[in-house]
Amino acid sequence: EEPVVAMPTVSRVAVCGGTHGNELAGIYLVREMLKKRADGTEPVSVVTVMSNPRAAQLCVRYVETDLNRCFTRAALSAPVSETSPYEMIRSQELNALLGPKASAQAVDLLCDLHNTTANTGLCLITYSDRDWICLHICKHLQFPYMLDICYAKAYLCPTSVSISMEIGPQPHGVVRSVIFSAMQEGVQLMMDWICQFNSGTLFEGGWVDVYTMVKNIDYPRDSETHVITAAVHPNLQDRDFCLLHPGDPMFLCFSGETLRYRGKEALYPFFINEGAYYEKGVALSLARKRRVQIPSQHTLGLLDY
Amino acid sequence: MSSRTNISCLQEAKRVAIFGGTHGNEMSGITLVNMWIQNSAEIERNGLVVKPFISNPRAVEKCTRYIDTDLNRAFTPENLSAPDVEGLPYEVQRAKEINRMFGPKGSSDAYDAIFDLHNTTSNMGSTLILESSTDLFNLQMVHYIKKAMVPHTCSVLLNEHPQLKYSTTRSVAKHPIGLEVGPQPQGVLRSNVFESMRTILKHALDFIELFNSGVEFPPCTVDVFRVQERMDYPRDTNGNITAMVHPHLQDCDWEPLNRGDPMFLTFDGRTVLYEGANTVYPTFINEAAYYEKQQAFMTTCREILAAYAIRKACK
Repeated sequence: EEPVVAMPTVSRVAVCGGTHGNELAGIYLVREMLKKRADGTEPVSVVTVMSNPRAAQLCVRYVETDLNRCFTRAALSAPVSETSPYEMIRSQELNALLGPKASAQAVDLLCDLHNTTANTGLCLITYSDRDWICLHICKHLQFPYMLDICYAKAYLCPTSVSISMEIGPQPHGVVRSVIFSAMQEGVQLMMDWICQFNSGTLFEGGWVDVYTMVKNIDYPRDSETHVITAAVHPNLQDRDFCLLHPGDPMFLCFSGETLRYRGKEALYPFFINEGAYYEKGVALSLARKRRVQIPSQHTLGLLDY
Repeated sequence: MSSRTNISCLQEAKRVAIFGGTHGNEMSGITLVNMWIQNSAEIERNGLVVKPFISNPRAVEKCTRYIDTDLNRAFTPENLSAPDVEGLPYEVQRAKEINRMFGPKGSSDAYDAIFDLHNTTSNMGSTLILESSTDLFNLQMVHYIKKAMVPHTCSVLLNEHPQLKYSTTRSVAKHPIGLEVGPQPQGVLRSNVFESMRTILKHALDFIELFNSGVEFPPCTVDVFRVQERMDYPRDTNGNITAMVHPHLQDCDWEPLNRGDPMFLTFDGRTVLYEGANTVYPTFINEAAYYEKQQAFMTTCREILAAYAIRKACK
C-alpha cells in the first residue's frame, strides 16, 4: 500500500518578481498581476511583490548587493540603518512582509521568478529535499527541470515552501515573449495545482527526476591577472541538463586549446554561461540526477495548523 | 568603344585602431582588445600600425554599458569642443580625450581607420556598420570581408539617415567601421560570437595590408540595408512598455516584414500588426540597450551600392 501524505492547505501564496532587477519576465508578470485587483473571491490569497523595486527601476541585477543572498539568519537579524546597503534593508522588509522566516505568520508558499542567460528551459528550484509540494507542482507542470540546491540557505525563502521558477535563455534587460508566456503559464499551472489541492483533490504519487547540485566550475583564468582565458566550449554552450562525460570539451581557450572535463563521474551541467555568475567565479554548475518517489498527497482540509 | 575603368587613388591606411569596450558590457570586443594589448602578434601587419584600445575603461570595470552617458552617442561637435571644466559627464571627457588621441575628427591628422567592436542581444549575426555610402575604401573593404567569410554571411547596415545617424566613437577616424555581432547577452562571452568577430577583424586587416602594398581592387557592388525608421514599443501614459516583440518577429533580423505581419504581442495577449505600406527589413530586434532609447527595432530597405576600383595613391 503506498502511503498518502496529508498536508495543510496552501492558503497564502506569494509571487515575487524582480528579485534581480534586470530579469524582465518576472518583473513584467508581477506588474500585470498587480494590475488585476483582488475581489475577494479568489480561492487562494496571493500576495504579488516586486522584490527589488530600485534595481527594477534601474534595470540592474542589484543596486549594492545581491538581494538573493541577503536572507541568511545573520543578514535578517543584523541591525540596519539608513546607511546599510539597500538590499540588506529590503531583505528585512520582505521577511517582515512575507515571513518572518520559519514562523506561523509566514506565507505558506513563495514563488520567486527568475530568468537566466543559460539555456535551462523552465526550471524549478527547491531548497529542501523533502519538499513534496514542490515536487507535486513540478509533476503538474509536466516536468520542467527540477533543481535541488539544498545548500542555498541564503536565498529568498522566508516561508515553509519555497520555489524559484527559473526560465532561460533570456538576456538580462530583455523580455522575450515566449519566455514571458512560459512564465505566465508556469505560474498559472502552479496556482491551479494549489487550488485543486486546497479543495481536496488527491494527487497521485509518482516519480520526479531531481538534479542535485554537486559543484561549481570556474573559467580558466590567468594566474596573475585572474582574467578569464577561455569561453565555454561551443559543444557545451546551450547544453544545460545534457549529460557531460569525462573527456567532453568544456572550454575553448582564446589560444585555440580545448580544455576537457576531468571529473571521474558523468554529471549534468546547468546554468552554463550565466552572465551574472562571472563575478561569482562560476562558468557552470554540475548536478547528479536521481529519481525521487513522491507519495500521493491531499490536503488535511481547511483546518490551519 | 571601350572606356577606361575609373580607378580611385586613395591614401594608404597606415594608422589603424581597434576599439573594444565602447560599451562596457559587450564582451567580445573587450576580451579581444585586452588579449591583443597583452600580445599583439595576431593583429600585426606589414605597412600599418594597429592599436588595440579600450574606449570606456570605467564602464568595462563595472561591466555596464556606460557610466554617465552613452559614449557611442557622445562624439557630437558640441561635446568635442566643450571646454575642460569640472563636472563634465565621464563619457564627454573621454570623447574629448579619444578625439585628441585618434582625431581630431575631420582633420588630416585623424587615424585612417577605426574598427569599433560591439555585441547585440539581437539575432543580427555578423554585421558591418557603415556611415557613408560614398566611402570607397570602406565599401571595398566590406566587399573583401564578405567574400572572405563565405559560406558564413555578413550583413551590411548603412546608417546615413540625417536624423537617426549618431556621433559614434569611431567617427573620429577617416574610415569608421562598426562591427556588431549577436546574439549575445550583455555581460556574457559566447565562444562562437567571439571567434566570428576575431575572424572578421583578421580579414579586415588583411585587406588593409593588401591595399597598402599596392594591390588594386576592381569595381564591385555591395548589398546593404539602409536605415529607414526607428520603431518603438507600444507604451502606456507612464512610458512603460505594454507589449513585447511578437514571437514571429523575434530573432528575424534581416528578414522581410510585410504589411499585416505580426509585430508586437501585448502582455494581455493581443497581436499588433505592422501597418507600413512597403516591405521593410527589420534589424536590432529586441536589443536590450534600446528599451531606454525608445526602440524595439529599426526598419531598413535593401540597396546595392557601387564602388569604383581603388588602389593606393602613388607618392
